[in-house]
Amino acid sequence: MAEKKEQFEPKIIGFLCNWCTASAADLAGTTRAQYPPNMHPIRVMCSGTVDPMYVLKALLSGADSVMIGGCHPGDCHYVSGNYKARRKIAMLKQIFKSLGLDENRIWLRWISASEGPEFARFIRQITEETRKQGPSPMASDWTV
Amino acid sequence: MKRKIGVYICHCGSNIAGYLDVKKTTAYAATLPYVVVARDYQFMCSDPGQDMIKNDIKELGLNGVLVCSCSPTLHLRTFREACAEAGLNPHLCEMATIRELCSWVHSHERENATEKAMALIAAGVRRVLYRNPLETKWAPVTPNTLIVGAGIAGIQTALEIAGAGNKVYLVEKEPSIGGRMAQLGKTFPSLDSTSDMLIPQMEAVQANKNIELLTNSEITEVSGYIGNFKVTIKKKPRSVDEAKCNGCGECWAKCPVEVPSEFDRGMSKRKAIYIPFAKAIPKIPVIDRKTCKFFLDGSCHVCADVCPTKAIDFKQAEETVKAEIGACIVSTGYDTFDPTPITQLGYGKLENVVTSPEFERMLSPDGPTGGNIVLKNGTAPKAVAIAHCVGSRDQNYFQYCSRVCCMYSLKYSRLLKKLLGHDTNVYQMYIDMRCFGKGHEEFYKSASDEGVNFIRGKIGQVTNIPQSDEEKGKLIVVCEDTLLGTMIRVPVDMVVLSVAMKPRTDMEEVARTFLLGRSADGFFLERHPKLDPVGTMLDGVFAVGCCQGPKDISDTVAQATGAAARALALISKGKVEMEAATASVDEEVCAGCGYCEAICQYSAVEVDPKRKVAVVNEAVCKGCGACAATCPSKAMQLKNFGQKQLIDVIDEATKEYAGLAR
Ligand SMILES: Cc1cc2nc3c(=O)[nH]c(=O)nc-3n(C[C@H](O)[C@H](O)[C@H](O)COP(=O)(O)OP(=O)(O)OC[C@H]3O[C@@H](n4cnc5c(N)ncnc54)[C@H](O)[C@@H]3O)c2cc1C
Ligand code: FES
Repeated sequence: MAEKKEQFEPKIIGFLCNWCTASAADLAGTTRAQYPPNMHPIRVMCSGTVDPMYVLKALLSGADSVMIGGCHPGDCHYVSGNYKARRKIAMLKQIFKSLGLDENRIWLRWISASEGPEFARFIRQITEETRKQGPSPMASDWTV
Repeated sequence: MKRKIGVYICHCGSNIAGYLDVKKTTAYAATLPYVVVARDYQFMCSDPGQDMIKNDIKELGLNGVLVCSCSPTLHLRTFREACAEAGLNPHLCEMATIRELCSWVHSHERENATEKAMALIAAGVRRVLYRNPLETKWAPVTPNTLIVGAGIAGIQTALEIAGAGNKVYLVEKEPSIGGRMAQLGKTFPSLDSTSDMLIPQMEAVQANKNIELLTNSEITEVSGYIGNFKVTIKKKPRSVDEAKCNGCGECWAKCPVEVPSEFDRGMSKRKAIYIPFAKAIPKIPVIDRKTCKFFLDGSCHVCADVCPTKAIDFKQAEETVKAEIGACIVSTGYDTFDPTPITQLGYGKLENVVTSPEFERMLSPDGPTGGNIVLKNGTAPKAVAIAHCVGSRDQNYFQYCSRVCCMYSLKYSRLLKKLLGHDTNVYQMYIDMRCFGKGHEEFYKSASDEGVNFIRGKIGQVTNIPQSDEEKGKLIVVCEDTLLGTMIRVPVDMVVLSVAMKPRTDMEEVARTFLLGRSADGFFLERHPKLDPVGTMLDGVFAVGCCQGPKDISDTVAQATGAAARALALISKGKVEMEAATASVDEEVCAGCGYCEAICQYSAVEVDPKRKVAVVNEAVCKGCGACAATCPSKAMQLKNFGQKQLIDVIDEATKEYAGLAR
């Protein structure tokens, strides 16, 4: 194992739509954009297939934040999956708020297949922001 | 069934092995549950790499394969086919992307990259664990092809495909086909007239019954998948009835409005009702509603009055055309760089500083000067300087080489000598001469033999302020001759700026419509730079010509022919593999609530009213997973993307790894 660094290194789970954000991630790679290794990508067929349960599961298992990357409104490969994702995530954030959980640890972003640089920029941003937020208490305070 | 998984880690030369510890990851993979063999190899996608997998399937009885290498868009099919050849159901093969998502993006932190790769592999093994054999299903291919952009790339592709007897929709944004090639005078290295080559091809397009030509049109929507795309095309109103117009030209002769011609780069005037150039195809005018007086204030309708066939239709509305398409070819071409921001070159301020596209129009017999090279005062220049790489190979603008500028700059030398006489002084200010094509070096030699002054250096400034009598009334090119190591001043009459080819400003819209990626230079990204330079990341969509990167006409046509072959191959195969990972219902658990039925975009799910369980129509299901995400009892699952799998993957992914440990 690498030496423990002094600063807090957040752990981020990313659900990436196969058609856009995962493609943008590939593009970021092809163009050798550099970003921190904190996000673990999980390819899904569409942002609309991300059950809020998986977001919750990730946070309860120790993720400090979760990103969901989908196609821009109007561009979903399955027509409306991203709108479904938008509603689901909005609802999840509401529930988080009412339970006193930090809804800012959930990030829904539209990143198209051509936005490789934007993908890299966003990963830098989410890593920085999560680092500022500090370790998520959810994994230790809650048990499934 | 006890799972026996094989893990194969690719070095990808040094693309992976150069940035992370392949040996360590392989050793780690071997310790993972269910993994019976873990190997690493130079190039997994090569034949020996694939054989390694095939042998293990046969000898060790593997029933799961994880290949850890590049993105699945590149090689998932390769590895699945290899598995199938060895008798393993291809759906039991999965990939972990440790190149694009790891080695390439964490190339300065070897240890972290290694740890992340290990996590990706562990999660990948979990994905394989929960995969089940699926039956491959096929869908028929619609034998129609869509081609977007009718420059030489689009024209050539259309002729090949239509020539083989297939329907082509050729969609062009401008009122005429032809693209940039129509604006060029003569072409290197043969000095043939471009219109002599292009016009017959354009006419062949118009004459071909298999080609449905939609000019003045744009794509607004694309949905579906390879073999079965649905596209919506917007036909902008021409304000002229195409069926009635016979192209006689009465209307544009009489129209009183004059505006700068886009085709002639503003060097001549066109009317408000116009065809972009004399040999335009179709030879049907279009009314520019922004400048036509009828549309501005209703004060003029001369065109309608003089039209012998009553073809003018001021009320013509936008039309929508819908088409079913098997393959899409994007050939939207390029823009040229506007050198105004490089103020020291004087473009836009000093007379007789012109760009190469403007110079091409001067060289064209149908151009604003009738093919004569003239200064603003109407006389011929006696000395001309040609500045290479304006905007190209420049850290401030475009890092890449535009690949045609050296050659067309040499073409200008030869044409200047030919048209204005051998005593015309031509100066080429270059950084490096790049004449790599067939017959190009020879062309360079002939140009040199004609007595051209080659000055190695980039122009620092173009000025009209003289420092000597000799410089009076001249443009003075100030330049460092890097071979002599001195600053020089060259008085000339005309300066031609060989400007960069750049991605079109509307590229992003097209990229979004077709879900295309763009490389760092801004042009469309090919699927593989060497092995698939015409494919894109989206199956069934190809990018050809200068929208994929700067190139000359020969390379454009070669690529276009390649794309045509690919589209024809798809049509002749006649079937494409369909998404096998559809949704499926656990009837024991399903409560028949109907949430899935309500959320499905494709009406692929229905609740059986008698049995009160959801039923999936697999022929219609696209495998998006919206129903699975909505099902309250989790009876609905996407095959091979099930809940158990994802939960397990998340568990693996959230395990401590790297210096990322708290
Ligand atoms: C100054 C100059 C001189 C040159 N001289 C030579 C030479 O001598 N020899 C040589 O071999 N090469 C030369 N070239 C290169 C040559 O111009 C290109 O290789 C060639 O034109 C590329 O053709 P294309 O079809 O890819 O692109 P284009 O010619 O740009 O065609 C693209 C077409 O697509 C259309 N389009 C764009 N977007 C859309 C959209 N969204 N929807 C529908 N249609 C769309 C455009 O209107 C256009 O008609 C020169 C280039 C320059 C700049
Ligand atoms: S396909 Fe990307 S969000 Fe639906």
